[in-house]
Amino acid sequence: MTTTAALTVDVHDGIAVVTIDLPGEPVNKFSAAVIAEFDELMTQIEGNTAVQGVVLISGKPDGFIAGADIDAFLDFKSAADAESASAAGHRVVSRIERSRAPVVAAIHGACLGAGLETALACSYRIATDHPKTVLGLPETQLGLIPGAGGTQRLPKIVGLQVALDMILTAKNVRANKALQTGLVDEVVHPAILRDIAVRRAQALAAGTLRASRGKDPGFMRKLLEGNAAGRAIVFRQARSMTLRKSRGAYPALIAALDAVQAGFRETPEQGFATEAQLFGEMAATAVSRELIFLFFATASLKKDSGVQGEAPPPLAVNQLGVLGTGFMGAGIAAVAAMQGLPVRFKDMKHEQVAHGLAAVRAVLRERLTKKQITRQQFEDQLSLVSGTIEYTGFAHVPLVIEAVFEDVAVKHQVLAEIEKVLPPSAIFASNTSTIPIATIAEGSPRPERVIGMHFFSPVQKMPLLEVIVTPRTAPEVIATTVAFGRRLGKTVIVVNDSPGFFVNRILAPYINEAARMLDEGVAIEAIDRALLDFGFPVGPITLLDEVGLDIAGKSGAIMAKAFGSRLQPSESLGRVLAAGRLGRKSKKGFYLYDTSGRKGGVDESVYALFPATMRTELPQEDIQRRCALAMVNEAVRCLEENIVRAPRDGDVGAVFGIGFPPFRGGPFRYVDAIGAAEVVRRLVALDAAHPGRFTPCALLVKMAQDGQRFYPATGKPV
Amino acid sequence: MDISGTRRRVAIVAGVRTPFAKAGTDLRHISAIDLGKMAVSELVHRSGVDPAAIDLLVFGTVVPNVLAPNIAREVSLMSLFPKTIQSWSVSRACASANQAITDAADQIVLGQADIAIAGGAESLSNVPILHSRGFADALVAASKAKSLGQRLGALSKIRPRDLIPVTPAIAEPTTGESMGESAEKMAKVNHIARRDQDEFALASHMNAAAGTKDGRLTAEITAAYIPPRYEKTLTADNGVRSDTNIDLLSKLKPVFDRKYGSVTAGNSSPLTDGGAAVLLMSEERAKALGYKPVAYIRSYAYAGIDPGEQLLQAPVFAAPTALKRAGLTLKDIDLVEMHEAFAAQVLSNLQGFESQYWADRGGFARPMGAVDRSRLNVMGGSIAIGHPFGATGARITTTLMNELVRRDGHFGLMTVCAAGGLGFSMVLERA
Repeated sequence: MTTTAALTVDVHDGIAVVTIDLPGEPVNKFSAAVIAEFDELMTQIEGNTAVQGVVLISGKPDGFIAGADIDAFLDFKSAADAESASAAGHRVVSRIERSRAPVVAAIHGACLGAGLETALACSYRIATDHPKTVLGLPETQLGLIPGAGGTQRLPKIVGLQVALDMILTAKNVRANKALQTGLVDEVVHPAILRDIAVRRAQALAAGTLRASRGKDPGFMRKLLEGNAAGRAIVFRQARSMTLRKSRGAYPALIAALDAVQAGFRETPEQGFATEAQLFGEMAATAVSRELIFLFFATASLKKDSGVQGEAPPPLAVNQLGVLGTGFMGAGIAAVAAMQGLPVRFKDMKHEQVAHGLAAVRAVLRERLTKKQITRQQFEDQLSLVSGTIEYTGFAHVPLVIEAVFEDVAVKHQVLAEIEKVLPPSAIFASNTSTIPIATIAEGSPRPERVIGMHFFSPVQKMPLLEVIVTPRTAPEVIATTVAFGRRLGKTVIVVNDSPGFFVNRILAPYINEAARMLDEGVAIEAIDRALLDFGFPVGPITLLDEVGLDIAGKSGAIMAKAFGSRLQPSESLGRVLAAGRLGRKSKKGFYLYDTSGRKGGVDESVYALFPATMRTELPQEDIQRRCALAMVNEAVRCLEENIVRAPRDGDVGAVFGIGFPPFRGGPFRYVDAIGAAEVVRRLVALDAAHPGRFTPCALLVKMAQDGQRFYPATGKPV
Repeated sequence: MDISGTRRRVAIVAGVRTPFAKAGTDLRHISAIDLGKMAVSELVHRSGVDPAAIDLLVFGTVVPNVLAPNIAREVSLMSLFPKTIQSWSVSRACASANQAITDAADQIVLGQADIAIAGGAESLSNVPILHSRGFADALVAASKAKSLGQRLGALSKIRPRDLIPVTPAIAEPTTGESMGESAEKMAKVNHIARRDQDEFALASHMNAAAGTKDGRLTAEITAAYIPPRYEKTLTADNGVRSDTNIDLLSKLKPVFDRKYGSVTAGNSSPLTDGGAAVLLMSEERAKALGYKPVAYIRSYAYAGIDPGEQLLQAPVFAAPTALKRAGLTLKDIDLVEMHEAFAAQVLSNLQGFESQYWADRGGFARPMGAVDRSRLNVMGGSIAIGHPFGATGARITTTLMNELVRRDGHFGLMTVCAAGGLGFSMVLERA
């Protein structure tokens, strides 16, 4: 074999240990070339009678096989292309399954997608009891279905219900859970993985160990899954739940169900053929194209230093200061502690600090309850957060994040106080969502070390971080902050300083438009339902209740002041706030809340605060267009004004910051999908009906004229 | 001993402690290990010392957790630290934290360490409650049984009286005499009047209350945010009574000799929870890192006495020895900190310092001398502040050095009496 080969074989005492180690790649992944190598390898093994058994193991320190090479998906020109790629994979994986010399999968690290599908074809699976060892089928997250036999083999090994759960939720499973469900046959310490795998291969070859068929199903599973009628119930329930949750926007979920069902209804050959055919169909969908775009966009952001041109190396951040122990401060402290960082956690009064520590504990406690961390890790992480009301303990802190009250005077006071104790090289980051970073930086003699870190609430759950830079922010400060945000597990976009930054800026016209429809008499639930159907995770009116009318009002006023009538919120929202309807936090808003805070139906009494006296109906498409296009137009305007550096950042920001429908890729991808000319045509029509709010921005008009796109029509999007 | 400067000097750079809380009150749900971590964590944050630069950690405790007996290791494994900091636990009764400090200091003097953390912690709310001998025997037999029958047979031997748990008492294993009984005996032998004891206790409370009020005492205390609910934050010692007076104290009944006794709950130190720690560095390293030491360790001495005689009188041997090793006399001393196990013990020790009889017994030509009471325990002592056995030594060290700086003094002397008839003394030199 050539030196660039991924597979090396080492034969000892009748056992061939096959090591997969893609040269020059951080993880192993399947491409056509690797599949061809496997094909060749199986031919060699079949022909070599000295080989009685095979062990498949990874040469990467912390990963087995991470899945298929997603770059290759971009080469599919049609559904037929993708289908034949899947069929080719099936042929080779089946050779592993039918191999004369039984194959043992020795799994350490991530075993995902095609990696797991290959392991499923092996006669025996051993996993290590290491936190990095996870198994899963994440294909549906990319709008695809498992295409290397996963939909056919997994249900036979772990049972129908467990298999559907794994495939439809794309959840990763840890080794111990995998052992419980029969996904793996044995769990061992990494140090003995190879030895035990060789021993099992020998036993399989000698006939003293039988090939694994998963765990004994047990009585209940047999009762439900062991017959066609029982399975029909499971499929019917899974189908209706999937449709309800996905609102029909994710066809791959249904395709995955179809493929699994085919495995029970058809012959094995037909089952595999159905899987390949559905894989092909899904690979050609727009949904999959957009989800794969998001995969590449976030991957490319992970490599982005945040600095244009030559980036200085980020400074080491070995501890963090957090000023302000409220909900945001506590969330930031908690995610930093999760990364093993000591946090100095300061506020003015002991009660505030104690309250903040309780909030940090609650965040970590949830991870413990969900068994994402051990009790020891919980204790360790909690003890990293050190509360204080003094400015002691900041003398060596390289980065401080303030999350104090949203008031320029307060921010300036805190900045003046902390600068007396911080080392001169320290970075001061503000978690403000409304105050320009340049204004905050005016309070510092070192404005080049002041930056914005706009986290979203709740910090531990929201994946996005906007890093806000001013023209004066030092490149080293940007690079350090971006790297630090990434270390906290966030997807980081760098945004230039401007009112509302990016995410809140594009949210403003969307919310405003919803409120104006309320003024016109459209029903609350009609607006929310329309945008849920468009693909947002919550409707705009529900979002107002969740964010709080006070916060939204404050932000709305700032937007109106900065951008004039285009972003002027409806006056009715002020009346709702004045009536004490703050939303969920006051258990009174647009919806009803019971005493425990559970949301009920629409609170009809809120309509009295709006000018319309009767409910009017508006076609769902009109509601969707008004809200979504107001947002899209504003997003493009942000690119035009250089608030975001690239369409990629705007799309990722909208999807991960607001929940812009992921299957639409983001506002810029949405423009590309329907065409700039069509977007402009729709905006012009809306502007005629609602003057001043929908004037298409100059960039859109120009792109419509020139027939331009934000992304290349083919090939790798970013 | 030669103190001319050829040895490496040990600098004390910082000291921090938790608030001290009477056992069974605010800190009752926090283990000694966690109290130790609380003090050490704040010490690291306040001093800004790089955890990776710390060579070792020594910690003292008197009543260890049987499931985690090496408290120093547990504390040094806190998440703030690299796992490579070597650590060991020490026990010298009420002078355990002093033992931790002198152990660490010796390592620095010997050139085997440059940066060390030393301290101690105690949770007297969490003392181990033991099973009776009979119950323990039955459990061990049952665990070795090979069949259910044998196991049940072994367990059937348990009698109701075996179920009564055994609480360890603070009593001398050799004499069977409790600490309080020993103090009572010392009061009688040395003719320490009840009134003098109560007045001493009152001064302890008044001085501690003043130190709390003006912030000198609280400056060395970290706020204790109390998990899991964080409803209460303890920011000062909860045993200090600014509202007590001589009438209230004199009305209390003697505890250990109801008929002729004079030692009361009011003139004794209470059972207490707390932790304390100091940061030690070699003089050179402290200077190289830009630290301004608070004090240097000038000398120290340990001593022993027959516990059956006067259990808590050994400081009368330790203090003159420490002074001699420091090349100083009592006249050179600006401040004195004495651990107050009992007012009767402090007053007996003070009497002993002035006595030719005790000087002769210690082999000193002359008595050490009379301690100026206005320089003694100026921010109160263990009677008011409380006495978590393992932590007290680090508290006294911290208070003494900080107050030396405030008063612009030069030398400070401390003494600690300890169970087993042990005594300790140290001389600090202001940096």
